[in-house]
Amino acid sequence: MTHSSSDVIIIGGGPSGVAAAIAMRKAGVGKITLLEREQHLGGATRHCSHSPFGMLEFGRVYIGSAYGKRLEMEAERYDIDVRYGHSVASLGEDGRLLVSSHTGLETLAAKRVLVTTGVRETTRAARMVTGDRPVGVVTTGSLQSYVAFHNLMPFRRPVIVGSELVTLSAIWTCLSHGARPVAVLEPGPHALVGAPLNWFPSMMGIPFHRNAEIIDILGAGRVESVKIKRGDVIETLECDGVLFSGQFTPEASLFQTSGLNVNWGSGGPAVDQDGRCENPIYFAAGNVLRAVETGGWAFREGRSVGMAIASDILGDVSGTAPVKVTYDQPIKLVVPNLIRSGTSLPGGLKDFQLRFARYAKGTLFLTVDGREVWQRRGTWHPEKRITVTRPDKTRSAENIHFGFRGEG
Amino acid sequence: MSMQQPHPRNDIFDVAIIGAGVVGCAVARRFALAGAKVVLLEKGSDILSGASKANSAILHTGFDAPKGSLELALVQAGRREYLDIHAGMNLPLVETGALVCAWTQDEAARLEAIAEQGRENGVTSVRLVTPTEALSIEPGLSDGLVAALHVPDEHVIDPWSAPLGYVNQAIALGAVVLRQCEVRAGSFDGEWRLETSKGDLRTKFVINAAGLFGDYVDTRLGFEPEFQIKPRKGQFIVLDKAASRQLKTIILPVPNEITKGVVVCPTAFGNILVGPTAEEQDDRNRATVEHDTLEGLVAQGVKLVPGLAHIPVTAVYAGLRPASDKKEYRVIARPELNAITLGGIRSTGLSSALGLAQHALKLHGGSERGEFAPRAAPDVRMPNLAESRMRDWQAEGHGEIVCHCEMVTKREIEAALNSALPPGDFGGLRRRTRAGMGRCQGFYCNSRLAEMSSGCLANPLAIEQEGGK
Ligand SMILES: Cc1cc2nc3c(=O)[nH]c(=O)nc-3n(C[C@H](O)[C@H](O)[C@H](O)COP(=O)(O)OP(=O)(O)OC[C@H]3O[C@@H](n4cnc5c(N)ncnc54)[C@H](O)[C@@H]3O)c2cc1C
Ligand SMILES: Cc1cc2nc3c(=O)[nH]c(=O)nc-3n(C[C@H](O)[C@H](O)[C@H](O)COP(=O)(O)OP(=O)(O)OC[C@H]3O[C@@H](n4cnc5c(N)ncnc54)[C@H](O)[C@@H]3O)c2cc1C
Repeated sequence: MTHSSSDVIIIGGGPSGVAAAIAMRKAGVGKITLLEREQHLGGATRHCSHSPFGMLEFGRVYIGSAYGKRLEMEAERYDIDVRYGHSVASLGEDGRLLVSSHTGLETLAAKRVLVTTGVRETTRAARMVTGDRPVGVVTTGSLQSYVAFHNLMPFRRPVIVGSELVTLSAIWTCLSHGARPVAVLEPGPHALVGAPLNWFPSMMGIPFHRNAEIIDILGAGRVESVKIKRGDVIETLECDGVLFSGQFTPEASLFQTSGLNVNWGSGGPAVDQDGRCENPIYFAAGNVLRAVETGGWAFREGRSVGMAIASDILGDVSGTAPVKVTYDQPIKLVVPNLIRSGTSLPGGLKDFQLRFARYAKGTLFLTVDGREVWQRRGTWHPEKRITVTRPDKTRSAENIHFGFRGEG
Repeated sequence: MSMQQPHPRNDIFDVAIIGAGVVGCAVARRFALAGAKVVLLEKGSDILSGASKANSAILHTGFDAPKGSLELALVQAGRREYLDIHAGMNLPLVETGALVCAWTQDEAARLEAIAEQGRENGVTSVRLVTPTEALSIEPGLSDGLVAALHVPDEHVIDPWSAPLGYVNQAIALGAVVLRQCEVRAGSFDGEWRLETSKGDLRTKFVINAAGLFGDYVDTRLGFEPEFQIKPRKGQFIVLDKAASRQLKTIILPVPNEITKGVVVCPTAFGNILVGPTAEEQDDRNRATVEHDTLEGLVAQGVKLVPGLAHIPVTAVYAGLRPASDKKEYRVIARPELNAITLGGIRSTGLSSALGLAQHALKLHGGSERGEFAPRAAPDVRMPNLAESRMRDWQAEGHGEIVCHCEMVTKREIEAALNSALPPGDFGGLRRRTRAGMGRCQGFYCNSRLAEMSSGCLANPLAIEQEGGK
């Protein structure tokens, strides 16, 4: 085992990790090491052979794979020490990381560690869907890597579950690679991205059903059919695959398996307004903070947290005990979910980001030390981002709470 | 390798074993070691496609087995042999110990009898403990425990590498393994002629280790059926590796007549599993998972070990126990017909397999009669998949990590694909390497595995590209 030390180690070379590295370099941080387990930068954007990326950060549009190349160029330009094929296996309390690469195991250490490991979709297993367990059940990310990296397809006639932005991505990937979805199912009463899903599949001649779910997957070797429940009707759809799209969860397993705290609402590490975790050596940015955002959002968030780290690194580890941001149901998550008093670094996470767990009507409000300081009435959709400007007084508060008054 | 070549028509085997579950694999090894010419016939596209593909992976002591039963003797013999050979074969032994937990006064009252049974069964290390002692053994347990029985010698093993290791030893000694080879019928006229989906073959002796199809195979061989298989399904959930911080011990309920009950159990791979259920069904092929049942298992796990709350579910499984119309093992020797049936090995077969194999050799009698010349155990070392010991990703030169969740390396996957008994289907690849078994279930690696395994598996991951763009 070898040891080496950096100012900052970044784990994950997606948009947020690379943006943070560049921001830190610009702010004068010396030794920045970026560890990426794959052989390329780009993270989840590499899977997307179609999507528009890069408009805001680079002023032009790239498809997913080209966007990753651009990130590689930028990393080189800013002289970031990128180590490909380096997979972080655990996070130490003291900032020491156990890392596996072709040379075996090594321990790497840094003054600060930024975790930007992205997300994964919720699998069939985690959704606990009834049925056989045949070949042909995948997630969007998986489908896209079949296509983008190997020019393969896992099925020809899948049933697709979900109605998020990524579901459109899945449908499009199928159609452009010779597969024809049999149907698109959303278990809830509304499409999570309303407008496009209401017209896009049907325009393509693919039925889109709301209030519909798979109640049985059948197939001995490969998927042969699924039974679905649509309202009160049960029917069988012949198909050769099932695609579960969306329901992203942060790829925060490094925190969990290392015994560092994870926020159960967001599924990601708990972070304060600077992007700093409960253990003040660690920071996090990008999708690992909460479910999925666009590539551009992840890039800007990485940049902003990178700026905070660059400034934080000049001082001692500031380990003041944070205040936890609390919230009522049906709010699903609030990020940042911690506030540390007395710190005011540039960058960081300026606004509160919220999401709802389900569809709800009513007033969302913020109280600071018992006083209501903000409110908004509206109709709230699950998985839609809500941003709330963080009032300055939250920084010295002892109690920060998001409440909800429902209307029927 | 030998298994790929069809055997010369006129060749005659000493023993044909029908079914490559854990029992068939152990029997093949034992007879190969004894010096017999062995053929192992499996109808599935890979070995372990029946009951043996999904179990709780506990190496039992037999503390709660029926007194004086054949099952008890064979579980203990099997366990002893496993303890003897595992280090040499690089197979793991996770010394978890178990706590039989009584949560009510009623259950607590039954513990004493179970402890007594354990001692009578020769498991002298069992000990009744107070809730405080139980909590010091397993701090993860929930409050409200009334009493517990500590069984320190119940251990956990790798349920797939073990039988794979047995069969690899058999292959190294010249045994022939035929997969996708279903035995359809058999006739005996001093020697056996077996009709299979890969053609006929001749053998002096047959051993039926067909698990869930044991009764059918007996019928196909022309025997008067002496038992009937009544499949009993067990579903379980596997929790993320983060859960392993919450529990180190096997948590058993106080058993009842029907089942050992739902267990919360560490796995050799660093997960926690909760299950199995016990559900009678007629279907011998379908082992489905069911949403509500799985949710119930999650809740039960959290109730017993509160630290499991919020830990994501990594995988869900279901397996069918080859239970029969009676509780005991249905071992039937038909010396006049040169046949043995190892049937109804319902819930302890992983532990007893090596013992059953010794027993089958004894019933066969060929060794005592000097028919075979025993051979030394060949050096077979299995790739380690257990978390408790060094894995390939921790070693130099592994190429790269392909499956990130389970940290499976390119070198490991290539080794499996090029091994003496390469995986016959995706399940087989997963069991040999753990690739795709982790929390993302292939979000990252599935397509890579599809490419690496292309042309190797029944039900390939990728479909044929027929003119798709
Ligand atoms: C299927 C899919 C479709 C999408 N479609 C669009 C779209 O159309 N438009 C859009 O704007 N956005 C889209 N997105 C979102 C966009 O790709 C993400 O927002 C963006 O990539 C997130 O960046 P990130 O840096 O937070 O994480 P990621 O891009 O996910 O990067 C995480 C990186 O961390 C690495 N990593 C993880 N764990 C470790 C470890 N232990 N050791 C070392 N490295 C590790 C990973 O290999 C990966 O490279 C899509 C995402 C997905 C999954
Ligand atoms: C949920 C569950 C949990 C369990 N937990 C444990 C545990 O913790 N510890 C323990 O010791 N045991 C446990 N067991 C029990 C153990 O798994 C079984 O006892 C064991 O797997 C039985 O093995 P087998 O070889 O007899 O049967 P199988 O594994 O079913 O093997 C029989 C094989 O024969 C093949 N076959 C059938 N018909 C034919 C034919 N005509 N021609 C060719 N091949 C044929 C089948 O395809 C199959 O592969 C558990 C079982 C279950 C289901």
